[in-house]
Amino acid sequence: MKKRFYLTYPPELITEPFIYEAGKRYKVVTNVRQASASNKLGLVALELEGEESEIEKAVKFFIDKGIKVEPIELDIVE
Amino acid sequence: MSYVKGLKCRECGKEYPKEALHVCELCFGPLEVDYNYEKIKQSVTREIISKRPPNMWRYKELLPIDGEPAVGFDVGFTPLVRARNLEKVLGVNELYLKNDAVNHPTLSFKDRVVAVAISKAKEFDFKVVACASTGNLANSVAANAAACGMESYVFIPADLEQTKILGTLVYGTNVIGIQGNYDEVNRLCSEIAGKYGWAFVNINIRPYYAEGSKAYGYEIVEQLGWRVPKHIIVPMAGGSLITKIWKSFKEFQKIGLIDKVDTKVFGAQATGCAPIITAIKEGTELIRPVRPKTIAKSLAIGNPADGYYSAKVMRESNGWGEDVSDDEIIDAMKLLAETEGIFTETAGGVTLGVAKKLIEQGRIARNESIVVSITGNGLKTQEALVGKIGAPRIINAKLSEFDELIAKEGKVYAVRM
Repeated sequence: MKKRFYLTYPPELITEPFIYEAGKRYKVVTNVRQASASNKLGLVALELEGEESEIEKAVKFFIDKGIKVEPIELDIVE
Repeated sequence: MSYVKGLKCRECGKEYPKEALHVCELCFGPLEVDYNYEKIKQSVTREIISKRPPNMWRYKELLPIDGEPAVGFDVGFTPLVRARNLEKVLGVNELYLKNDAVNHPTLSFKDRVVAVAISKAKEFDFKVVACASTGNLANSVAANAAACGMESYVFIPADLEQTKILGTLVYGTNVIGIQGNYDEVNRLCSEIAGKYGWAFVNINIRPYYAEGSKAYGYEIVEQLGWRVPKHIIVPMAGGSLITKIWKSFKEFQKIGLIDKVDTKVFGAQATGCAPIITAIKEGTELIRPVRPKTIAKSLAIGNPADGYYSAKVMRESNGWGEDVSDDEIIDAMKLLAETEGIFTETAGGVTLGVAKKLIEQGRIARNESIVVSITGNGLKTQEALVGKIGAPRIINAKLSEFDELIAKEGKVYAVRM
């Protein structure tokens, strides 16, 4: 399956290669579809493809590293 | 007869068919409904609209449903109130309140978007409608689904206050409380929407759903005698409403119902959740997510999906944005109730509070027309006022005690002997 997320990096983590690491640690294909980085924030639109459990592990990995992981629709609880 | 051509990506312009889609496969941009305005222009006049029943479907050519609505027949055409008492207090000449606190059936502007979303869901032959909401949207989805006999699911954070859940549960919907923090609830809802073949009104039906807000703008123009206001103040949560009001004015111009659009559009947020206002004030395009902390719960969206587009509307229209503290919100709610007899929810306190600030700052001209958006009813957020608006004076059931109370407060009234 494929899932799409926005990753928001805090300024201090912008230079870290977490997407590469996630791809090595878990069986997921990481596909960066859009990205923008400034000295204030890093934003990445990321597609993850793989088994549901592997995607979940990759998402947890990003969160544990301090990255905000959101669905591509952003905030949907209105 | 439908005037909808299909869907179009707001970012890259890629076109899609009229289906339950919401994200561009190419660039992940949001999809928007694309109309055939030439055809609409030939079919709609002021006279035709004026003769139709007073509800939002009088603008049906500009709404994205193909047939007749399935629900919400009486939604919209809420009062545009000339606020003469408030004009005196604020020192302005021409002030109006667009009052969706009395929208039908669940007393908020969400009834507009949900009526379109559920009608569209029926056209797409969905059997179940759903949403993720902590308030007005939940009420509206549950009520409107019940009214047209559809099964519905409402997802909420498990720790949501009981009083907020009752107004949704009463309609017989399936309310699912999700344990976890906001981000987890948010992600799960997106996953459920992706996995189950349901009409999630603010996810896969979002392009159609959001269009319902335009009726709020059309009505203002018609109720003002087919002209736009010079200034409008709009509350921002996800940021969709402000973009759709702007779009509604532009569309009326495009199809020749009005000559010009010279409105300045002002966005309003609570200081405790103001990511769009911060971007406006800092002059940046980037919307930095925040963790909401405000009594204006219906506006508490920390990472707004339409934040970028709403900032663009404010800039394009030469408007501005401002935020108000929780105390200022309550003061504005009281002011509105005491001057105009309208009890708005906290979001209305935000728009009026911001309007007051912008008038004082000189950003809104005192001698020009102003519309303040009131989008929800105060009866739903009464807890925000507990301990802030005084208490009843208690007396025993004796006439003498009442006489004494009146006298003590220095009031004199004529009495019958």
